Amino acid sequence: MLQLYRTLEQLAARKKRQKEREALGDKAPPKPVPKTIENQRIYDETTVDPNDEEVAFDEATDEFSTYFNRETSPKILITTSDRPRGRTVRLCEQLAKVVPNSHVYYRRGLALKKIIPQCVARDFTDLLVINENRKVPNGLIVSHLPNGPTAHFKMSNARLAKELKRKGKDPTLHIPEVILNNFSTRLGHTIGRMFASLFPYSPQFVGRQVATFHNQRDYIFFRFHRYIFRNEKKVGLQELGPRFTLKLRSLQKGTFDSKYGEYEWVHKRHEMDTSRRKFHL
Amino acid sequence: MQHDDVLWDVIGNKQFCSYKVKTKTQNFCRNEYNITGLCNRSSCPLANSQYATVKEEKGQCFLYMKTIERAAFPSRLWERVKLSKNYEKALEQIDENLIYWPRFIRHKCKQRFTKITQYLIRIRKLTLKRQRKLVPLSKKVERRESRREEKALIAAQLDNAIEKELLERLKQGTYEDIYNFPIHAFDKALEQQDEESETDSSEEEDEDVGQVEYVEGDEIDESDLSDFEAMDKLEVDGEEEQEHSSIAEEQEKETSISKGKTPVKGLARKKRPFVEIEYEQETEPSAKASST
Repeated sequence: MLQLYRTLEQLAARKKRQKEREALGDKAPPKPVPKTIENQRIYDETTVDPNDEEVAFDEATDEFSTYFNRETSPKILITTSDRPRGRTVRLCEQLAKVVPNSHVYYRRGLALKKIIPQCVARDFTDLLVINENRKVPNGLIVSHLPNGPTAHFKMSNARLAKELKRKGKDPTLHIPEVILNNFSTRLGHTIGRMFASLFPYSPQFVGRQVATFHNQRDYIFFRFHRYIFRNEKKVGLQELGPRFTLKLRSLQKGTFDSKYGEYEWVHKRHEMDTSRRKFHL
Repeated sequence: MQHDDVLWDVIGNKQFCSYKVKTKTQNFCRNEYNITGLCNRSSCPLANSQYATVKEEKGQCFLYMKTIERAAFPSRLWERVKLSKNYEKALEQIDENLIYWPRFIRHKCKQRFTKITQYLIRIRKLTLKRQRKLVPLSKKVERRESRREEKALIAAQLDNAIEKELLERLKQGTYEDIYNFPIHAFDKALEQQDEESETDSSEEEDEDVGQVEYVEGDEIDESDLSDFEAMDKLEVDGEEEQEHSSIAEEQEKETSISKGKTPVKGLARKKRPFVEIEYEQETEPSAKASST
């Protein structure tokens, strides 16, 4: 793990400060708040204010509105890139258990642009493509189907369910709850809604399963847990299901079309990675 | 005069030729006009004054020919003929142009032409399918991103965040009646009652500020205390959280002993911000109700 080593001077300074604080007793000035990257984050002008009407109006009329108005319920197609290896295949299977109403299909060298009209014809709402490189899954494309946005992520640290240190069982067929943390900007909101629309709208609390998408510094961590309330102040969590981290690479307006599509947001390393305190999600 | 044999002796056989590539088992010829690609007496374009090849440029096939008559004019040495796109017609063209030429060259030209057309067909088929684009990764960037991911993971404190979110949802009532934590609802009810009683008591205190009151001494305290304890114990037996109430009792005793004549109710009220214990407060409103 990462550790912090303090130099001798820092240790001495710390002791001195502690002594002064004790000496002053009640009159000591309040402890200064330590600076974290989240504290020092450069203010993003597209941060969503919860009371913003414009944003609310946009969200009522965007491509996910049919889901949030409960007009459609999600049906998901999971597939991979060509010739998937064992890890990717198993990850697909586990994802299919985690996400309700999802189907896994082998790619067999088909072009995505030809798959998509077929999916639309068969009433699929979302397409998930797990890209693979060197026997390891490394990318994820989420495409919302009728004509919705396509997000391309870089996937890393994908762990299968059996590799986690757990003694839990398999995920059941109950609809899980969804937790979306820290999606604060407009872009983050869109991505958050995209993830939310993968899961059916009303979760079955009996199942006690929760899928979490937690955004921290532009990395989205996906976890799948089963929870149990021990009393009203303590929860126990048991991790089932796969886990992976995603980093958004591009968001494109229509369905998948890498050459002629209109890109809403593309990660440009030289422009966007210059500051360590600036995040986009 | 042509010196093919001499040339071959000098170049190909044993000594140096700049187009020759030697491997363990074979010699290759890198000359662009070579018909077979091997370094042979019959395949060497330098050592044969009558020579022909088929070459392809941008999807078009050409037949190149070299004759002895033009050996003195290097710029005009190679004569080229465009071959038809039709396979059979092109073969006839080759035959036509290379009539009376040695069998070896004719045969090899046709072989080369066949191979070229086949790979052109393959190129056309592949361009219609999906092209795999190789994107180069920068090791430095990848390492930087994985390091930042690790640090973000630590900063995220996922388990805590998830637990907090779930508890919040429980408090807000999204789970409705599934989880029976009566104490929780009890808490809320009590907090509300406490708030009301706090406001009442603060008003009363303001009113009482200037007035003189005559209060009895120790007797009341002790009797009150004993009543208090008894009432507490009765209430506690039925409930689970005996620990809390017992702690309340102990603390109450201690503070009452230390502070002496201060009324018990005042004690309880002062302690409320620091010690959140239900049963202490539970008895208090009932005591108040009885007094008023």
